[in-house]
Amino acid sequence: MTHLAAIVAALGPGEQKYLSQARQMQALSFAVHIPLVAFGIAFPAMILFVESRYLRTGDELYRTLARRWSRILAALFAAGVVTGTILSFELGLLWPNFTGTFGSVFGLGFAIEGFSFFMEAIFIGIYIYGWNRLSPRAHFASGIPIAIAGFTGSLTVISVNGWMNHPTHFRFSDGRVFDVNPWGALFGNSYFWHELVHMYLAGYMVAGFVLASAYGFGRLRGRWARYERTALAIPLAVATLASVAQVFIGDWNGREVATNQPTKLAAFEGLGKTTKGAPVHIVGWYTEGHVEYGIPLPHLLSLLAFHSTDATVQGLDAVPPADRPPVNVVRYAFQTMVGIGTGLALLSVVYLATRIRRRRLPESTWFYRALVAAGPLSVVALIAGWVTTEVGRQPWVVYQVMRTSEALTGADVIPVGYATLALVYLALAAGVAWVLLRLSRTPV
Amino acid sequence: MHLYELPLWFALVGLALYTVLGGADFGAGFWQLVAGRGKQADEIRDEAHHAMAPVWEANHVWLIFVLTVVWTAYPAAFGSIASTLSIPLFIAGVGIVMRGGAYALRGGTRTAGEQRRVDTIFALSSVLTPFALGTVIGAIASERVHLGNPGGSLVTSWLNPTSIAIGVLAVASGAYTSAVFLSGDATRRGDRVLADRFRVRAIAAGVVAGAVAIAALIVLHFDAERIFRRLTQGPGLPALVASVIAGIATLALVWRRRYEPARYLAAVAVAATIVGWALAQNPVFLQGLTIREAAAGHDTLVAVVVAIVVGALLLFPSLALLFRLTLGGELRDSGQGSVETSVESRRRGLVNVRLDARLSVAFLVAGIGFLTVANAGWAHAIGVACFFGFILSGFRAALPPGIVDAD
Repeated sequence: MTHLAAIVAALGPGEQKYLSQARQMQALSFAVHIPLVAFGIAFPAMILFVESRYLRTGDELYRTLARRWSRILAALFAAGVVTGTILSFELGLLWPNFTGTFGSVFGLGFAIEGFSFFMEAIFIGIYIYGWNRLSPRAHFASGIPIAIAGFTGSLTVISVNGWMNHPTHFRFSDGRVFDVNPWGALFGNSYFWHELVHMYLAGYMVAGFVLASAYGFGRLRGRWARYERTALAIPLAVATLASVAQVFIGDWNGREVATNQPTKLAAFEGLGKTTKGAPVHIVGWYTEGHVEYGIPLPHLLSLLAFHSTDATVQGLDAVPPADRPPVNVVRYAFQTMVGIGTGLALLSVVYLATRIRRRRLPESTWFYRALVAAGPLSVVALIAGWVTTEVGRQPWVVYQVMRTSEALTGADVIPVGYATLALVYLALAAGVAWVLLRLSRTPV
Repeated sequence: MHLYELPLWFALVGLALYTVLGGADFGAGFWQLVAGRGKQADEIRDEAHHAMAPVWEANHVWLIFVLTVVWTAYPAAFGSIASTLSIPLFIAGVGIVMRGGAYALRGGTRTAGEQRRVDTIFALSSVLTPFALGTVIGAIASERVHLGNPGGSLVTSWLNPTSIAIGVLAVASGAYTSAVFLSGDATRRGDRVLADRFRVRAIAAGVVAGAVAIAALIVLHFDAERIFRRLTQGPGLPALVASVIAGIATLALVWRRRYEPARYLAAVAVAATIVGWALAQNPVFLQGLTIREAAAGHDTLVAVVVAIVVGALLLFPSLALLFRLTLGGELRDSGQGSVETSVESRRRGLVNVRLDARLSVAFLVAGIGFLTVANAGWAHAIGVACFFGFILSGFRAALPPGIVDAD
């Protein structure tokens, strides 16, 4: 063990020239991967639901629908596998001092995630290629591990993110870790369950709204047979219910942030000074310690964060400027997420009321126009939410323990890698879009 | 065996499996790349695609497994490797993206011409990726990485005789194992002509891989003396001998068209080279750093070992199922239903929509009470459960059986 001090000191932070490129490259990689994760979380369960309807009723429509969806899942999962591989490479390639210093604390989460990934990959292979080869029941059963692994995989990854935001169960001095308890760090952490539930619901919202928006687009073009109605109603039911619940889960997330990461909350709201009875501002621009041109809602922040209109909310001035995140990026990401989330929740209430009280699907063209927009917007909200929490954690990679700049690689080849990755992902996105278009026009 | 080296042995098992299984996938891509044009070439590319499609994702997860185990159990060594060898690792990563892209895109192709374009554009990655990963092994084996960020030259650490030799060996051995596997797959499907074409390729690739392996040993003699000595005279020797024997025996079996045992022996030949390297490299991890020095603390090592053992109990039966179905040809899409659907029409009675709707509203109200109004942790847990109850009962209300159909 005596060698270890010298070892970690030797690893050390890299040159700072390319910090912002490295962060952008990481952000690009996440932005591409996370929507695919949303489908990994939610899509298998929806497909299984449709297949279970086929098993119950013997109605070929459900089998056709499940098969077609499973082909889409296969393409999205392939893209998810490879973009996820890139992410695991980047943890080392971009931030070797983060992985090198704290790998023994958080790495376990990814090691377990690896097994979830395995189960997903194995059973997706069986499920996708087993439609004509397995008995209907065996085929249905082969899909269940995919849905479970989609959940456990996100659980372990988010446990790592929870630890980065609320690092516990280790001691840190002279650039090395002591007394590491990896189980406690990942799963004994009080500050990750809200994030998990939030992301899990977001997965159902994104997958549900994106699918429903595609069929909603079809309706505007006049494609509205029983097949399309079924294909729209199922994902939309899930997405709308998740959207309503997400309003309250999101509020819970906000309160957790207020308690554990007050500086991050102050950045959400652009609260420069510690304030009693703090307001919320809608839009506007944060500059020199306050929000200009915003629409103020007095006392609302205190009420939301601490359930009291006169509660004191800690401002950005509680920490030195070097320890504050870039406020406007965080604030606009937060406002984007909340704004879109609110809009989706309103759309959801309209849908659920029509669906349940009048027992029919909405008939207004405007509803379907809004639905077409809801798909892409839900993806934007998802990414904005991750920007909120990840940029909101800055300048720390491990909150108040290690700065992102200290984690950076000393290999100064980042710009070339960044450009290459951007091009490859552009090609991948174009390719996946092409496949999805093709699949949407190909009968099974 | 010590606790501090146990996770590394697990990682090496993963690496050996990745070299065999992932290597076979890249090898299949290699044959797609060099298939040329025309009907015969289309058949070669189709076979290479269809045989691998159900398993390629699972094959690639082995690499993730290796990465995560190493960064958890040997973080400082991982950090040094990742920053020093960032260029080949990045090339490998991009190659994997392109390989996956080929599988994703092939699902949308309609004509042989489109398939050829997808296969050949992306198959270049099948050469790049194993080569780049081979150079990484070469860099570690020839001790060109030491601790640091970066711990060694960004260029010569992986562009050197040992790295290049092992990179070429990785490409050749992947092509070899893949051709052996595809011969067997084509035979099982009854396509003797196609099997014979892969047989010729297997024999040619086997001879080339053997020659490259001998050349690599000569390179090691001059460029990585320690590994060479321990491989030819020391603890690595049994594995080296095993690899040579298995390699020659595979060739003989392929010659006699006995693909089933050849497949396993080919895997042994490749895996034995990984084991030989590991035995020769032990106890050195990086230049000036032993495995013991690189290992994480006791609790982390125990946690990793526990996680791997429990995970393996789930993983290996599942993998066995996948490979039994794949190798038995049961996952090859025949394009038509070969199973008579024997489903009973057991319609659930129309559930009471109103009851479900009320239940979901009750759950919503309770959820708001426990999660939003209350502040205790236990109340939040109940609140979250209520919200899931809201979604489930709401789902039943929004989608009772038959409602969509009746529209």
